[in-house]
Amino acid sequence: MFGNTTLTQFLFGRLSLEAIPYHEPILIVTFIAVAIGGIAMLALITKYKLWGYLWTEWFTSVDHKKIGIMYIVLAIIMLLRGFADAIMMRIQQAIAFNGSEGYLNPHHYDQIFTAHGVIMIFFVAMPFVTGFMNYVVPLQIGARDVSFPFLNNFSFWMTTAGAVIIMMSLFVGEFARTGWLAYPPLSGADYSPGVGVDYYIWGLQVAGIGTTLSGINLIATIVKMRAPGMTFMKMPIFTWTSLCTNVLIVATFPILTATLALLSLDRYVGTNFFTNDLGGNPMMYINLIWIWGHPEVYILVLPAFGIFSEVVATFSGKRLFGYASMVYATCVIMILSYIVWLHHFFTMGAGASVNAFFGITTMIISIPTGAKMFNWLFTMYRGRIRYELPMYWTIGFMVTFVIGGMTGVMLAIPPADFVLHNSLFLIAHFHNVIIGGVLFGLMAGVVYWWPKAFGYKLDKFWGLISFWCWQIGFFVAFMPLYVLGLMGVTRRVNQFEDPSLQIWFVIAAIGAGIIACGIGAFIIQLVVSFMRRDQLRETSGDPWDGRTLEWSTSSPPPDYNFAFTPVVHDHDSWYDMKLRGYERPLGGFKPIHMPKNTGTGIVLAGISIVFAFAMIWYIWWLAAISFIAMVATAIGHTFNYNRDFHIPAETVTATEDARSKLLAERT
Amino acid sequence: MTPQLKIVARLFALLVLVGLSGCNLVVMSPSGDIAKQQANLIIVATVLMLIIIVPVIFLTLFFAWRYRGSNTSAPYDPEWHHSTGLEVIIWSAPLAIIIALGAVTWISTHKLDPYRPLDRLDAQRAVPAETKPITVEVVALDWKWLFFYPDYGIATVNEMAAPVDVPINFRITASSVMNSFYVPALAGMIYAMPGMETKLHAVINKPGEYEGLSSNYSGDGFSHMRFKFHGVDQAGFDQWVARVKQNGTALNRDAYLKLEKPSAREPVRYYASVEDGLYRAVLNMCATPGKMCMDEMMHIDMAGGGGIESHENRARLEHDNRHAGEAAHGTAAPAATFPATGNPARSPEPAEGVNSQQPQGQSGGPSMHQGTHAPGMHDMQGGASGSTTETPQGGAAPAQLNNDAPAKP
Repeated sequence: MFGNTTLTQFLFGRLSLEAIPYHEPILIVTFIAVAIGGIAMLALITKYKLWGYLWTEWFTSVDHKKIGIMYIVLAIIMLLRGFADAIMMRIQQAIAFNGSEGYLNPHHYDQIFTAHGVIMIFFVAMPFVTGFMNYVVPLQIGARDVSFPFLNNFSFWMTTAGAVIIMMSLFVGEFARTGWLAYPPLSGADYSPGVGVDYYIWGLQVAGIGTTLSGINLIATIVKMRAPGMTFMKMPIFTWTSLCTNVLIVATFPILTATLALLSLDRYVGTNFFTNDLGGNPMMYINLIWIWGHPEVYILVLPAFGIFSEVVATFSGKRLFGYASMVYATCVIMILSYIVWLHHFFTMGAGASVNAFFGITTMIISIPTGAKMFNWLFTMYRGRIRYELPMYWTIGFMVTFVIGGMTGVMLAIPPADFVLHNSLFLIAHFHNVIIGGVLFGLMAGVVYWWPKAFGYKLDKFWGLISFWCWQIGFFVAFMPLYVLGLMGVTRRVNQFEDPSLQIWFVIAAIGAGIIACGIGAFIIQLVVSFMRRDQLRETSGDPWDGRTLEWSTSSPPPDYNFAFTPVVHDHDSWYDMKLRGYERPLGGFKPIHMPKNTGTGIVLAGISIVFAFAMIWYIWWLAAISFIAMVATAIGHTFNYNRDFHIPAETVTATEDARSKLLAERT
Repeated sequence: MTPQLKIVARLFALLVLVGLSGCNLVVMSPSGDIAKQQANLIIVATVLMLIIIVPVIFLTLFFAWRYRGSNTSAPYDPEWHHSTGLEVIIWSAPLAIIIALGAVTWISTHKLDPYRPLDRLDAQRAVPAETKPITVEVVALDWKWLFFYPDYGIATVNEMAAPVDVPINFRITASSVMNSFYVPALAGMIYAMPGMETKLHAVINKPGEYEGLSSNYSGDGFSHMRFKFHGVDQAGFDQWVARVKQNGTALNRDAYLKLEKPSAREPVRYYASVEDGLYRAVLNMCATPGKMCMDEMMHIDMAGGGGIESHENRARLEHDNRHAGEAAHGTAAPAATFPATGNPARSPEPAEGVNSQQPQGQSGGPSMHQGTHAPGMHDMQGGASGSTTETPQGGAAPAQLNNDAPAKP
């Protein structure tokens, strides 16, 4: 391997100045903007001497609440990148008519749609969902942290490392030009010889470690750390959906990891699992990736369903209708999601019976999903609905999502799929369920739990603007895509010949513009609320008249969440406690045993980035060194016996007394 | 929530209006019987589901309005959370719809299986007994379509024609990466995959010029991987064949290997004659001289593998069908360019030695290419690895069957 390499090649692998895309003006402008913004931010942090604060209070924190918030910050940052890609695609497709090539050549456009898919799924939706599960689940089950606090910190930083690796591809080298699932043979070494697919592989592998470990962590937390009296059938619905989601994560992410590992063997050492050479078969990859890929859809949407269940019960002022059937529906969806993967490639030529089997199993999923929909509906029935922001998102979801569900069942019929597959109809369908389902759920979650996390409510005016922009923008952006799909237009095309299509793409671009206003309004909402935080301040800890345990503690919760572990008698435990005239304990506090912060997670993740970079650019010496460093750091961490401490009883008493004072001021 | 209702209603009204005002929804109003049945299926499924969807949307908006906090006249029952009767309904209503849809799915999936030969021309007419289907062998190249008409000995690039009301049997493969063969007016799509063959049976019922395209992303030139599909009457089809024969050049391996190189926006090309066994060689990834055919390799594997000597076959099983290893990137293949397209000819002369060449598919040796592969070997139903019911005779296969590597031209 090293026989005739020059010193430069040895030192830098295939990395050279050519890898910097200085001939792409769009990227240069982006880079300058990012660089200026980044330097400004670093300067501000330095000026206000925030490095120490960030390091000790956030980056090294093992507190599930802080980690949850960091996950969501990551998701929102990546949402901006993913959405920038979306806008670029919409503009390209709106102008690339009548012989115009638009402003993106295929080389650039193909990277953009790949990056959009990868970022939105892996680095927006996943961290968003994981962030909520991290923040909310321990509070809902009356726990003080997750089962493995260090692992939690490590998982977060690995996910972030994956995002950093993907972002690096913007300015050093290129990203994959294969579509977001990188089907071989196109993603093989023969047809994608550059670094793009390697960025894809290593970005996902590093982030995948984080996701898998966080799944294990949350399962252990939910199974082992529930408050006394909280049996499984008394768990809040969001915790239930989180449990099912994490079971799915633990069962499916290893498949993704293995599949990508096989693909990297094909690319790095010349094996032939998925090539056409020497008996390899790309169809195996497509099966494997979708055995992960379909449950992934439910990994995203189940927690969103959980959020809607909490929101609809809280704001209808009513117990959730059909709790048991909701739980069973969730579990049925979890199991069924494993046996539908083939519906993503009916057109690959499997036999009619195989196709029909997978088509029918897919449809069967719509039964529990339909039951859930009715449960939310009948929770509203005979309720007294308060129109706060989370409720708007929930009703918007119910109306939007059923349309996506309907088009999904249409796609599940194999002969119908033959004419709809890979068309813009399919694109419209999955954006319909991912925006209308997952994203609306996450936005509902942000406005619902924000007062819990920060102690003040979010501004309603800007929240409503954001909601209506998203809701209207969604329909304007994606209904034209349904129509275009029925006109036989397929996905991933960057230039069009038929001028009659243009009007639809222009409408869709306008819709994307409206969604951009929605994102803008959301960010304005955050800023405005922060500025007005004293008016929006919420001191009761229970601003929505909540029903689950997270509302029983202060907002924001103390480090230890609960001074005494609550005892649960019924589901909707906090509602039950309020009903029975629960009195907050005012004395007799004991020292609380807590985990200690550690910087190992961020160090390991940093080394992972170096390792991935070295592997991507074939800098073998660096890969070897960083790999050894990684293993050594991990082993070194096991000798860290200084892992826990006790919050003294006096501190707990002081914290609780302060809260008592706040509560007293309210009355 | 009435504003929301209004917006949703308006959007739907807009959609329906525009849909009615004659934009070309080719998927919903196709010209081939298979696509027609698929469109009908979409309508049936939509109507069936609207039985649930419309009440749900209506009830959502109605409940949202009726039980709003300011409406104190509506009943409020905070403890009401269970009703066995309602639970039965909310589970069984979707169940009933899915049972109906499931039955539709099972039947239609079998009836519209792309691998199933047609038994009707359209809703009224069965396939007449004397009708002989026309076979078209399709190869997705980077980034153009090659069509072989084995019954006529011709081939075309980026244009195909078929007589109306005659069943078409497509055999579909690809040279390098995955594509998907799709003529929306004719029938649903099916993947085109290298080293594998998929099938599609369809019929066009109305004469006309239709769009064909690749519907699976395959790289740089993907956006322009389109072709015209001409549905013509029998006389018109005969004329078209005659025109191809008259204007076309010969398609031999050499010309094919040049054609195979990546190129986008290829003009229409006609080939008056096609070297024997070329499609089979393309399918088995052995169009390049010296490569081992996939079916041969599978035969060896089926017979227990070639043992240690099979290492000698390694180089012959590694393919470079995008010619990435060659410097001559983007040179167009020589062939006649159909003037009507207005596309300039890339190369006016036929390739070197085009006419002086022997068909070389079976050059030398007792026809190992065709003689030894197991039945159904290149009939790979998308991975369900064909019907290899017959075990090959004899013991372990020899390490190298294809010793008669075709001589270099």
